[in-house]
Amino acid sequence: MRLLDSRDHLGELPRVGPRFIDALESSGLAGRGGAGFPAGVKWRAVAQRSRGDAVILVNGAEGEPRSKKDRVLMCARPHLILDGAFIAARVLRAGRIVLYIGERHTAARDSMLRALGERPEPERGLVSLAAAPARYVAGAEAAAVHMVNEGLATPTNTPPYPFERGVDGAPTLVQNVETLAHAALLARTGSIPGTMLLTLAGAAARPGVVEVDEGTTIGEAIQRAGGVAETPRAVLLGGYFGSWVEPERAWKLQLDHRSLRDQDLGLGCGVIGLLPARGCPVCETAGIMRYLATESSAQCGPCFFGLRALADACTRIAEGGADPDALRRLHRWSADVRGRGACKHPDGAVIFLSSALTVFAREFAEHASHQERRIA
Amino acid sequence: MSRAHGLVVDRIKCDGRGLCAELLPELIRLDDWGYPILAPGAVPQHLLPLAQRAVEECPVLAIALRRTEHRR
Repeated sequence: MRLLDSRDHLGELPRVGPRFIDALESSGLAGRGGAGFPAGVKWRAVAQRSRGDAVILVNGAEGEPRSKKDRVLMCARPHLILDGAFIAARVLRAGRIVLYIGERHTAARDSMLRALGERPEPERGLVSLAAAPARYVAGAEAAAVHMVNEGLATPTNTPPYPFERGVDGAPTLVQNVETLAHAALLARTGSIPGTMLLTLAGAAARPGVVEVDEGTTIGEAIQRAGGVAETPRAVLLGGYFGSWVEPERAWKLQLDHRSLRDQDLGLGCGVIGLLPARGCPVCETAGIMRYLATESSAQCGPCFFGLRALADACTRIAEGGADPDALRRLHRWSADVRGRGACKHPDGAVIFLSSALTVFAREFAEHASHQERRIA
Repeated sequence: MSRAHGLVVDRIKCDGRGLCAELLPELIRLDDWGYPILAPGAVPQHLLPLAQRAVEECPVLAIALRRTEHRR
């Protein structure tokens, strides 16, 4: 049973109770929204606090710029995602389900609403819809809850975490749509499919969404998806909060959350970006840093000012050529900014930047100004 | 093990006024944008009065002393 090449259909919900959380825990299912947090632990935390008032927040915000897999899944398997949400509602004794879908993901939203319209009334009555603004941080758990409660998709201080006090102050399960689909298959078939959805971006021969078996190497996954358009210069693993990895190393990496975490790497929301051979890693890194700086929700000083300063220093090197002072500042500010926001946005940005400064140490130290080269 | 106190900053409230670093430079320095970086760990006993003062003088009430379980 796989997510994408099976037909989506509406059937009776499997009868599962609180013991389902044991199955979810032993399945080892990790969240597919980016953080890779164990789904079973999350469900249990909500179950322990629910007094019949819990809320299920179905996270289809998909704010990561290169990611498409949540939208593809919402279009292809809306009933499977809804099954996951209704099973969660039953197991966690929730009285409310919120579909939180990116405001620009109209085809995905329409698909989910069409499927919802086919569900029996008692199920339909539990569900409401909330639009996630097209911002990077809008999909973060606390920001999603904040949006539903107050119409502001900005992160809030934690604790309290959503599982403690979320939508309307009730214990809330915020779970990515792909994670819910895997949970639904576990309830239906007794096992998870053992696959993951990836978005291949950049110099892939056929960029887009693929479903691969966990444990496949990145090289195999890309080969099966049609190979590369050109030999990549580097691989960005895990999207904009991810890490640059040399292609030789990346090709051998197994797509498995645990083994990647052991190597200080992560799949994030499953984006694998291939930097084309002609691409400049310094300019690419500077561009992503500028994006992440702009996407700060401007609440915490170290994030708002720090990411801007980091992006500016990267841009200075990218535009003007190697600059030892700028490079020193990049290292110092990266250390200063980490862990000093209400959410993990600054941490994600400096983890990404650190990988660039490591993998492309020589490129940053010796970068020539492209403008000068063009004039010469 | 005894109860100790640690300083915590509400990063959303903090406006970078910098008074805390002036009052308690032993434990608080400012980053290049004027926001406090706290020394890790518990506040030593002899600095508690100064830490308390830094908490009280913060114009936006962004810094607090919390009981922690640090070993001392």
